[in-house]
Amino acid sequence: MLNFTIRRLLISIPTLLFISLTIFLLLELAPGDPMAQVPLTVPPEVKQQMREALGLGEPMHIRFFKWIVQFFWIEPLNLFDNLFGTSFAEGKLRVISWQTRSPVMDIVAQRLPQTLTVVGVAYIVAIIIAIPIGVYSAYRQYSFFDNAGTFITMVGFSVPPFFSGVLVIVIFSVWLGWFPSIYDTTHRVTDWDSFVYQLKQMIMPVMVLALQITSQISRFMRASMLDNLNQDYVRTARAKGLTENVVVLVHVLRNSMIPVVTVIALGIPGIFGGAIITEQVFKVNGIGQLLITAIQANDLPMVQTLTFIFAVLIVLFNLIADILYGILDPRIRYD
Amino acid sequence: MTDRTELDPASQYQAPRNQWLDVWDQFKKHRGALIGALIFLFIMLGVFAGPLIYWQDPQYVPTGREFLKLRDMRPIYAVIWDSGAKVDWAHPLGTDNIGRDALARMMSGGQVSITVGLAAMALSLVLGTAIGVLAGYFRRLDGPLMRFTDLFLALPLLPLLLVAVLLFREPLKAGFGIEGGVFILIVTLIGVTSWMQTARIVRGDVLALKEREFVIAARSIGAPSRRIVMRHILPNVLSPIMVSATLGIASAIITESALSFLGFGFPPDFPTWGRLLFDSVDRMTLYPERVIWPGLAISVTVLSVNYIGDGLRDALDPRIRGR
Repeated sequence: MLNFTIRRLLISIPTLLFISLTIFLLLELAPGDPMAQVPLTVPPEVKQQMREALGLGEPMHIRFFKWIVQFFWIEPLNLFDNLFGTSFAEGKLRVISWQTRSPVMDIVAQRLPQTLTVVGVAYIVAIIIAIPIGVYSAYRQYSFFDNAGTFITMVGFSVPPFFSGVLVIVIFSVWLGWFPSIYDTTHRVTDWDSFVYQLKQMIMPVMVLALQITSQISRFMRASMLDNLNQDYVRTARAKGLTENVVVLVHVLRNSMIPVVTVIALGIPGIFGGAIITEQVFKVNGIGQLLITAIQANDLPMVQTLTFIFAVLIVLFNLIADILYGILDPRIRYD
Repeated sequence: MTDRTELDPASQYQAPRNQWLDVWDQFKKHRGALIGALIFLFIMLGVFAGPLIYWQDPQYVPTGREFLKLRDMRPIYAVIWDSGAKVDWAHPLGTDNIGRDALARMMSGGQVSITVGLAAMALSLVLGTAIGVLAGYFRRLDGPLMRFTDLFLALPLLPLLLVAVLLFREPLKAGFGIEGGVFILIVTLIGVTSWMQTARIVRGDVLALKEREFVIAARSIGAPSRRIVMRHILPNVLSPIMVSATLGIASAIITESALSFLGFGFPPDFPTWGRLLFDSVDRMTLYPERVIWPGLAISVTVLSVNYIGDGLRDALDPRIRGR
């Protein structure tokens, strides 16, 4: 198992390098010029110096190398410093946003909690809803519940979040006036009332995100349960005289969870991508919204960093899913 | 052979059933798929043939007094709860804030949305099938191509799509005009970023088919690889390709609308359903219908296409067929 894990870790290094190169090259082609806002009265040689100060004067491969060093060495050092109060990274050049002239990672760290609360809660809610639905609709296949569940998951699949989001805003905050339509990220939870407000403003984004995730996971759960319900070991368990509850909830469920757990792990990075749209709908100023504004403002370091963070998340959770599968299912270990 | 005379040829002989007839029979049994297909046909008809009956020009912007009269019209059903609503039978779904007819815009928007979906699906299908067949058939290409597919699967697609739209929009606009440029850009981007699943499925099937007797027979009589692939392999991987084609249309429509919704898609005077939705969000408290109709159109189209895909998957699977 350790062997497999190490091999898998090593494979992800070239993957990450390829992705970073793709992102870097794509943005190199960008027509945007960070000097476009500088007044025309500034002489060209001064402009050239400013360009070099932003690190734009050097050839492409050197800049790529420097960016990699900044991202993989200096930024983690900064994180370490922040956590433990040391000063290893002092004086080292960090990735600077062209919009705000402050380190990109600081802004990301400010925005990340907003995204994480909404996305994380949505994911947990979705899993809690999806698994029982999947289990029950597989157990009573083609029953009314199963058919209704299939239809609802199909709808959850097909209704894009920018429509379901807008629809719940129209229904719940315009017509009924129950929830605020804009997510207030400056809101602090101090007492019961503010906690209730926080819940109220989270309900709609969480609902929209959770609808999508629930559809995917419960569909998968159902298929996985159906695969297992006809297996021989289930018949054995029934023949031994175990109660139906034990057979389904212990024997079948545990075996069906193996692929579902990997799907849950694999889905996490995709949810961050989906959150870009949901954040835009509910005006949550998380990292998705940060990405959109950075793209519009031609803030290359910010876009590079954020896109790369998304890529790292994907690779990381692929890795976690693979290793989890290996741990949970001894049959597929490669060693 | 001796008892041939005992058989009455008329009663024994059954016309060989066409495979596609079997598929159609099974498809008909899937009620959701059948309804989905009908709804999709209806939407296609409404969007592409609708403008032949409904003559309003989606681009027409009234001016002067006509502008004041025609702008911000509500859909005709608004009268039910608000008798003072500004409605006109000439504009069943109302007009937008500069007086363009909403129904006509929905139709032209739908044309673009569905065309983008079909074109992007075709592109991703060609790419996915080519890569899948190459990787499955030629062992030397298998490793590199599948690594390449894995790398593509690890890319954060939505952020990259947004960046790429921004980068290439201007040069393509200059080359092909605003509408053509954006169309080519969006179709290419969606196609290039959505072929991976098809490639994986096709590769798996080709790997299994390659060892089957009829392929070995074809090879042993000296058929060149190109002909084996075209005559023997491709027809046999048609079913997974068709299923991923239908699902591809749905995801392409959603991706295009998402891009348009984030403001990175089609320009406002050449709208798609996603763009119509995006443009109306700011005023959705006053005019909820402007958000609901385009959104409903996207959702219903995607839902029906997904159901068709579901039914097709069952119908094309010979293990399920006939049950």
